[in-house]
Amino acid sequence: MAVANDPLAMLLLKQDVEAFLYHEANLLDDRRYEEWLELLTDDVRYWVPMRRNVKFGELEREFTREGQDINWFDEGKVTLTQRVRQILTGVHWAEEPLSRISHLVTNVEILDADPTPAEAGQVSLRCRFIIYRNRVETETDILVGRREDTLRRVDGDWRIAQRQVFLDQNVLLAKNLTFFF
Amino acid sequence: MAITFQPSAYSGLVDQENGMVSREIFVNSDIYAEEQERIFTRAWLFVGHESQVEKPGDFFVSSMGEESVILCRDREGEIHVFLNSCMHRGMKVCRYDEGNTPIFTCPYHGWSFATDGALVGVPFYKDAYHEELDKSQWSLIRVPRMINYKGGIWASWDPNAPDFLEYIGGFKTYLDILFDGWDGSEGGTELIGGIEKWMVPSNWKFPAENFIGDRYHNISHRSVDLVGIGPSGQGRRDNREREGAKSLDVSFPERGHGTVMFLRPEDAQPVESYQNDPVVAEYFYQCEIARKERQGQLWRILAGPGTIFPNMSFLPRQPRSIAVWHPRGPDQTEVWRWFLVDKTAPPEVKEFLRQYYIRYSGPAGLTEQDDMENWNYAHSASRGAMARRHHYNYQMGMGYAVTDFEDGGLKLDGTVLDTTKARAGEQNQRGFYSRWREFMAARDWDELATWRKGGSAC
Repeated sequence: MAVANDPLAMLLLKQDVEAFLYHEANLLDDRRYEEWLELLTDDVRYWVPMRRNVKFGELEREFTREGQDINWFDEGKVTLTQRVRQILTGVHWAEEPLSRISHLVTNVEILDADPTPAEAGQVSLRCRFIIYRNRVETETDILVGRREDTLRRVDGDWRIAQRQVFLDQNVLLAKNLTFFF
Repeated sequence: MAITFQPSAYSGLVDQENGMVSREIFVNSDIYAEEQERIFTRAWLFVGHESQVEKPGDFFVSSMGEESVILCRDREGEIHVFLNSCMHRGMKVCRYDEGNTPIFTCPYHGWSFATDGALVGVPFYKDAYHEELDKSQWSLIRVPRMINYKGGIWASWDPNAPDFLEYIGGFKTYLDILFDGWDGSEGGTELIGGIEKWMVPSNWKFPAENFIGDRYHNISHRSVDLVGIGPSGQGRRDNREREGAKSLDVSFPERGHGTVMFLRPEDAQPVESYQNDPVVAEYFYQCEIARKERQGQLWRILAGPGTIFPNMSFLPRQPRSIAVWHPRGPDQTEVWRWFLVDKTAPPEVKEFLRQYYIRYSGPAGLTEQDDMENWNYAHSASRGAMARRHHYNYQMGMGYAVTDFEDGGLKLDGTVLDTTKARAGEQNQRGFYSRWREFMAARDWDELATWRKGGSAC
C-alpha cells in the first residue's frame, strides 16, 4: 500500500470516503434504515465491545473480545436486519415514538488503501463520532467514541464490510442502544 | 403530605388484603434511604461467580446495594468479600473492574491491604504513628456472611442472617436449574466473559417485580416476537417444549422469591428445540434425555424468569443469565448482567448461545430494550403529587392460588397459581411486596425468619 507516495490520490480518496460516511450518517439520521442496510456488505461484521477499567500495563484486557465474550454488539447482517425490521414494526416501544438522532462524524483518517489510493477497492479508516439522541420530551443521550471501518467497493460503490465501535463509557449511561453507530 | 415512615406505616403502603401497593415505595427518597438500611444490609445478595476469581489474587469489584465491594481470592485460595473503602479515609482501594493483585494499595495515603483484607502497609508507620497503630484492628471490613453455592457467590452484611439455603428455602429447586448443567449435572455451568453494566432510569423494584413473573407484559415484546430472534428462528424463545404444559406461577411469599414456569405433562417426552443449528439442536436434545433420566418428575419443570428477594433475577433457560438490580437512588438502577453456559458444551453450542444472548439481552438486546422503556416511563409518570395518591393494582388472580399443588404425583413447594387458562397472574408480585413490607418493618432476623414460627411477622 502506498498511502504516502501519492498525496493527490490520497486527498481524492479521503474526500470520496468522507462523502460516503456523511451520506451514511444522513440515511441513519433521516431514518432511512432500509437504505442504510444496503450500504452494508452481505458479510459485514459489526462489533461494539464493552470496556473495562483495568490496571496500567493490562490494557489488552480493556475491551471484551469479538467472537468470544459478551459484547454490546457482535453480529452480521442477519441481526442488523432484524434490528431494522423491529424499528419498522411501529410497536418497538423503545423507538416509538422515534428518537431524534444526529451522527457527527469527524477526525477521519485513512489507514490503508488497497491496492493503491488511486485504485482503492478497499480502505480501512479511523474516525471519531458523537451521537446525540433526544427522545420523547427531555430524554437525552450523548455517546462519544472511536470507530474503525473497513469499506469495500462493490460494483463501483463503497460498502461497509466491517465496523468496530469503541465507546468512551464503562457503565453504559444510556438505558438502551436502539440506534446504529 | 409529609409521611413519617414508622414500621406500621408500611402496612398501608403495601395493602395485601386489597392487592394494592403505594407508588410512594418506588419514588419516595426517604423510603429509598430506609431500604438501604433495612433490606440491603440484611438480605443475601448476589455478588459474582467463582470463575471470576479462579486464581489466588484474582479480584472482581462488585456492589452490595449502593456500596462497592471487592470479591477476591486470597493467597491461601479462600474467597472473601470486602467493603471497597480504605479504613483510613474511605478512599476506594480498588477502582479496577477486575484483575489480579498481591495487594490493594489505597491511592490516597498509601495504606495497603493484603487479599485476605489484612492491613499490611502503613506509610510513616515508624515516624508518624510511633509504631503504636494496631494494624490488626484496621483490616478491610469483611462482609461477614458469604457462600459459594454451585459457583454463585452470595453475601450478607447481617451476621444473624439465616444460612443461605434456609434463606432460599423451597426456591432451591429453581436456583439449581439455573446453575446446574442442562443435562442436570450438579453446578455444571460457567460464565461467558463480559459483564453487561448499564443505567436504567427507574426504581430497582420495577425490574425485580417484572422478572419475578410478569406474564402479563407480552405486549411489551410484540415487536421482537414479530421479528423472531429465538433459537428456532421464531418469537423470542422456543415454545414447542411448552405444548400441553401447564403454566404455573410459584411464589414463596414468606421469603419474597418467585418464578414462573411451565409444567410438562406426565407423559411428555423431550422435543427438539434450538432448531436454527443442527449441532445445537442435537446437544440440547441429548441433554434433555439425560436430565429426564437423572431427575424424573422434576424434569417436567421448564423454568422461566424468577427473582430472589431482593434484587437478583435470572432466566434459567433462554437466555441463561443473571441480573442484579443495584439501587442507585430512588430513580436510578444500575443493572449488571452475567451469562451462563454449560461447561462441557461443545464450542459450537457456546458460540450459538453467546450470539443469542447478545441479541436478546441488555441495552442492545432486541427483547429487553422495550422493557427499559416501560420501566423508565412507568417510574417517571408515578412521581407527581397526584400520581402518588393512587396505588398500583396487583389484584390479578387473587384468591386462586393453592399451597398444596400436586400434579401426576409431582408435589410443588410454595404457593402455586395455575395460569394455564388465565395466562397471567400477580401473586408472585404480591409475595414480593409482602416480603418487602416485612423487611421494612422487622427489627431483626428473629422477626424476619417467619417460617421458623410458622406464621407471618406482620
